Amino acid sequence: MLEVKDLHVSVEGNEILKGLSLTINAGEVHAIMGPNGSGKSTLSAVIAGREEYEVTSGSITYDGQDVLEMSVEERACAGLLLGFQYPVEIPGVKNIYLLKAALNAKREAQGLGEIPAPEFMKLIKEKAALMQMDASFLQRSVNEGFSGGEKKRNEILQMLVLEPRLAMLDEIDSGLDIDAMKVVSDGVNSLRSEERAILLVTHYQRLLDYIVPDRVHVLVDGRIAMSGDADLARELESRGYDWVLEESVA
Amino acid sequence: MATEEMEQLVRREYKEGFVTDIESETLPPGLDEDVIAFISNKKGEPEWMLEWRLKAYRAWLKMTPPSWAHLDFPPIDYQAISYFSAPKRPEDRPQSLDEVDPKLLETYEKLGIPLHERAALAGVAVDAVFDSVSVTTTFKEKLAEAGVIFCSISEAVQEYPELVKQYLGTVVPQTDNYFAALNSAVFTDGSFVFVPKGVTCPMELSTYFRINAENTGQFERTLIICEEGAQVSYLEGCTAPMRDENQLHAAVVELVALDDAYIKYSTVQNWYPGDEDGKGGIYNFVTKRGDCRGDRSRISWTQVETGSAITWKYPSCVLRGKHSIGEFYSVAVTGGRQQADTGTKMIHIGEGSRSSIISKGISSGRSNQAYRGLVKIGPRAKGARNFTECDSLLIGDQCGAHTYPYQEIGNSTATVEHEATTSKIGDDQLFYCQSRGISEEDAVSMIVNGFCKDVFQELPMEFAVEAEALLRVTLEGSVG
Repeated sequence: MLEVKDLHVSVEGNEILKGLSLTINAGEVHAIMGPNGSGKSTLSAVIAGREEYEVTSGSITYDGQDVLEMSVEERACAGLLLGFQYPVEIPGVKNIYLLKAALNAKREAQGLGEIPAPEFMKLIKEKAALMQMDASFLQRSVNEGFSGGEKKRNEILQMLVLEPRLAMLDEIDSGLDIDAMKVVSDGVNSLRSEERAILLVTHYQRLLDYIVPDRVHVLVDGRIAMSGDADLARELESRGYDWVLEESVA
Repeated sequence: MATEEMEQLVRREYKEGFVTDIESETLPPGLDEDVIAFISNKKGEPEWMLEWRLKAYRAWLKMTPPSWAHLDFPPIDYQAISYFSAPKRPEDRPQSLDEVDPKLLETYEKLGIPLHERAALAGVAVDAVFDSVSVTTTFKEKLAEAGVIFCSISEAVQEYPELVKQYLGTVVPQTDNYFAALNSAVFTDGSFVFVPKGVTCPMELSTYFRINAENTGQFERTLIICEEGAQVSYLEGCTAPMRDENQLHAAVVELVALDDAYIKYSTVQNWYPGDEDGKGGIYNFVTKRGDCRGDRSRISWTQVETGSAITWKYPSCVLRGKHSIGEFYSVAVTGGRQQADTGTKMIHIGEGSRSSIISKGISSGRSNQAYRGLVKIGPRAKGARNFTECDSLLIGDQCGAHTYPYQEIGNSTATVEHEATTSKIGDDQLFYCQSRGISEEDAVSMIVNGFCKDVFQELPMEFAVEAEALLRVTLEGSVG
C-alpha cells in the first residue's frame, strides 16, 4: 500500500531522515520506535505533507501514486491521515463542524454528495460513544480547553469518522493516563482491518502492550537500524536503544 | 488643490454651465448656498429645514477635515462633486448583464444571489426588478397596523415635520464633525423610522426593501426613534457588492431610544474596495451615533465591514439614561490596499450604565486596519461598567493592525476592562485542517469565521449566513 524508498529529508538545512525505506501492506500495523531526535515524527509528517520538511531525494508511493506530488488535502482525501502529537486549537470552530467539513471533503473527492444530516448525526454519536466522549465535546471549539487526554481521544474520533486507509498516529500515547490509554487503544484497535494499515510512532513500548504491532522498526539517526515483530519492542524495553546502536554498527 | 488621482475619482460628465432651471435633474459640480437652496427646493422642504442646512454649511466652511485617523488618501476636492443628481435614467445604465463587469457577476454567483436580483445590484435597467410591489405593499400594511413609520427621510420631512424637527440633529449636531456638517448641509436620501410607545416593530426593517433598484445616496441621513418601551431591529446594506457611481460617501445615522426602548442596528457594508492598487474604491466617512436617552434603554450596533477603499467609522452610544446599555459588535475585513480606521465611542453619563465592545479585525494583503475606541465615564456615572475585547487576525506579512484604546474615567466606582490580542493565522491551524482533507481556502474561511463567531451570533439569522459567505468570498486567494 505504502512504499517509502531511500527517503532523505531536511529541515532548515539539517538532514533528519538519511535514506529511510519502509513498506507497509494493507492489514498491517507498524510501529516506529526510536530515541528522541531520531526522526520518528518527521516520517509521518512528511507523508502527511508538512511544508517545512524538504524532501531532498527518495520517493513515497501510495497505491502506485506519487505522494510527494499530491497536496496535503489530496493525501488526506486519498486516505492518508495523520493523528497529531499536539493537536492545535481552533477557537470558535465547533468540533462537529470540522468533522463534517472533513468528511464532506473526502466524500466530494470520492464523487459522493454531502452526507445527509441525520446520517451524520447517527454516525458521529456512535463513534463519540466509542471514544467515551459525550455530546458536549462535539459542540466545543476544536481542541480549545481540552485536556491532553481529550485531545488524543478527539484525534482518534476523527480517524473513526474519516476511516483512513493508512492511519498514522504520532505519539498518540504521550500525556495519557492509564484509563485514557485504554480508551485510545480500543479506538485504534477498532480501526484494524484487512483493508487498512496503521503506522504508530512511539517512544515507549507501553502502547504496544495495548496495540500489538505486526512489525516494529527502530529508527536511529534517520535510518531504520533494526526491524522485527512485536517481540523486538519488548527486547528494546529491557535492553534500551543503545543496544540497537551497537547491534546495527556491528 | 486636488491631486489628479482624486479628480479622476470624482470626475463625472455634466452638461456645461450652472443650471438653475427647476426642471433640471442634475447639478453641475460645486457647493455653495445656492446649491443647498436648490436641493431643499427640489425636495419640497419647509423653510426651517433650509435654515438648518445652511447653518450646517456655514459651520462646515470654517471646519477642516480630520487628520488624526490612520488613513492615507489624497485631499478631496469638494467643489468637484455634484451634490444633486436624479437616479440614472434607464438608457444610461447597462442594458443587460452582458454589459456588466464579469468579475462582479462572478462574485454574485459565489454569494448565491438569485439571478433576478443580480441585475438590480449591478445597476442594469430593468423595469420590474423583483417582485417588489407585492412585497412592499404587504410590508407597509403590516407596519401601519402597528403604528410604525418607515419611509425615506425626504418623505418624513414633508409628512412628519414635527417629529423630524424634534429629533433631527439632536444626536449628531450639524456641527459635530467635518463630514457630519457636510452631510447636514446636502443630504438627499436616507431612512426615517418611528416606533411609538410600547410597540415592538413586527418585522425587521431593511433598507433593501426601501431602496430597491434606486442608487444608494451619496449623503444619506438616517433617523430612528424608539419611544418608551418600543423595539426595532434595523438592517442596513447588503452583502452583494453594490455598484456605485459615487466615490465619496458621508452618511449620518442618528438613533434615539427613550425609556426601556431597544434599537438593534445591523450593517453589512460591502462597497467597491477599488482595484488591486486601490484605485476607484469608495471612500466611506460615516458618523453613526445612538442616544440612550431614556432609563434602561439599549442600543446595539453590529457591523460587518468588508468593502470600501477607505473606511472612517465609529458607531457610538451616548448612555444618558440610568442603567442604559450600549453595545458594539464589529467584524472588519480588509484586503488589497484597503484602509480602515474604525471603532466606537461609549460615553457613560447615566448611573449604572453598561457597555460592551467586541471588535474583530482581519487584515490581509497590503491592507491597514486600526481599531480606535473611546470609553468615557462621566462624573455622575456611578457604578458604570465597560468591557472591551478587541482582537486582530493577520493573514500574510504585508498587512497591518493597530489598536488605539482611549479611556477617560471620571468616576472611581466604574469598572473598565480591556482585552486585546493580535494573532497570525497559524500555519499549524491551516495544516491541521488541510491534513483532514479540507482545502486551504475552506480552512482559512473556517478559521476566520471561528474568529468572528462572537460577532456573527449577534447578527439576525439570515444576515449571519450571508456574512459568512461574504467573508469567504472576500478572503479568497488571500493565502499563498
